[in-house]
Amino acid sequence: MTELVAQNLSVFAANLSLLGTASLSLRPGELVAILGPNGAGKTTLLRAMLGLLDASGGSSLLDGESTATLSPGERARKISYLPQRRPLAWPNRVIDIVALGRYAHGAALGRLGPMDAAAVDDAIDACDLRLLAHRNADSLSGGELARVHFARALAAKAPLLIADEPVAALDPRHQLRIAELIRSFVDSGGGALVVLHEVALAARIADRLVWMNGGKIIAEGSPRATLTAELIKDIYGVRAHVCFDAHGPDVRIEGSQAGGKI
Amino acid sequence: MKSGHFLIVLVLACLTAILAACLLGSTPMGLSQVIAALLGQSTDADNIVVWEIRMPRALAAFVVGAALGTSGAALQGLLRNPLAEPGVLGVTATSSLFATFALYYGLAASSPFLLPVYAIAGALAATALLAVAAIRIKSVVTLILIGVGLSSFSASLMSLLLNLAPNPFSLADMMNWLLGSVANRSFLDLQTTVPFIALGLAILFVTRRGLSALTLGDEAASGVGLNLHRQRIAVVLGAGLATGAAVALAGAIGFVGIVAPHIVRPFVNYDPARSLLPSGLLAGLILVLADIAVRLMPTTTELKLGVVAALIGAPAFIWIAMQRRVTND
Repeated sequence: MTELVAQNLSVFAANLSLLGTASLSLRPGELVAILGPNGAGKTTLLRAMLGLLDASGGSSLLDGESTATLSPGERARKISYLPQRRPLAWPNRVIDIVALGRYAHGAALGRLGPMDAAAVDDAIDACDLRLLAHRNADSLSGGELARVHFARALAAKAPLLIADEPVAALDPRHQLRIAELIRSFVDSGGGALVVLHEVALAARIADRLVWMNGGKIIAEGSPRATLTAELIKDIYGVRAHVCFDAHGPDVRIEGSQAGGKI
Repeated sequence: MKSGHFLIVLVLACLTAILAACLLGSTPMGLSQVIAALLGQSTDADNIVVWEIRMPRALAAFVVGAALGTSGAALQGLLRNPLAEPGVLGVTATSSLFATFALYYGLAASSPFLLPVYAIAGALAATALLAVAAIRIKSVVTLILIGVGLSSFSASLMSLLLNLAPNPFSLADMMNWLLGSVANRSFLDLQTTVPFIALGLAILFVTRRGLSALTLGDEAASGVGLNLHRQRIAVVLGAGLATGAAVALAGAIGFVGIVAPHIVRPFVNYDPARSLLPSGLLAGLILVLADIAVRLMPTTTELKLGVVAALIGAPAFIWIAMQRRVTND
């Protein structure tokens, strides 16, 4: 079973601590959501875990091997990564963008092997992109593009998925859509580590919440155990009302800490 | 048109254009005459015109075009911008500066390989500088501006060399480099430069798959398994070798590396990897045709190929810049 384990990871840049001794693990069958304000070190943690960023201390091991020394191809076959910024350089066809997810398997656009073509097909169906498959990326809406990028990540058929704000800037329907896709990836045996800003959504889909602030992991555990108004106040600096009912967890942000009206 | 058909059409067009370049010129020759000369079975005069003058000149134009077109397509893939090109980024200017320097100090006379070596050193210095800048600077627009600055700096050093030129002969020699031309090129000139171009293009072709991955952006590209570091070195080395040797062969010829990939992209579904080969062929075709036009134009002084290329290419550059649909900076 593929397992990603970060031990006491820390990252310094220009004498500033971006990440302080964070330990976190990810294995198939669980959905872990990272929550925290902007600048909390969430992206830094993901990048250091992936070995895309040089850690100043600690280790990140993928099946016992350090991700810092693992070849990009070996890592990509085990972890599929969806970064926060997803700028497309060219107006490629949807099917070609999804096929880039097969890069680590040696796929070249225009001549996919049967395994690669099947994986691309599955990903396109899973993300409901069949009708858009031959459209060019510059003709798609933000929601459609988010699905395309997610399909690209799925096409890798990697056991683990790391996604950085996969639902940012999407309308509620598309947010749920992507959330469902992540959940079904995990239910079918994958492991996902996802950065989210939507607290209620995260609490509803995740098995485990990781709360970060100031470059540190503040709390970690099941939604029921960690999602409290107290913690939200500590981390985001806002007053919130939290309740768990038959529909699952719900979070209502009531105002800024200072007691402002909005 | 499917990309396979597109390639076949391009190859046929290139062969036809090179044959046409052998046919046309100040001494008109018939098709049968040229074919006989190509097989070495015509009169000595015909053989010389075809094999010593027209053929090496047409091949030089094609090879230079292929080098610049492929390098342009590869640099555009690496920098994720349709305006990246050896000329715009200052690679050709730096390369011709180094070449002129070798000429100026008479170094070029000591060995026929010294000129290409200097030109390639200049091109590699420029591409390496750009690649280092590309790692530190995220904005592609800034990078292109750095290229423009590099280009201007090389041009000013070039002016300095011209200013200090010891005699009118070396001045005329240097002007030829600045303007870019394939007139009077021999098979010996091809022999000293084509191996470098071939090596550069081979490096670019072998590593072209990574350019597709870069479509997703640096971060996602390394996410899908691309070794970014290795990819950058490969493109810098490949484009530097090919561009430098092309400059050694023909001087500074700009913009063809922008125009060709721009025309090619829709035919290959905007995949940078698949744009390399057709871009090289199309740029070669463009230069062969432009050189035929230069030779046929009834001007008293023959126009320089580089001047014609810039006259067509610079407006095309502006047009492409205004057409940009995707903003990724």
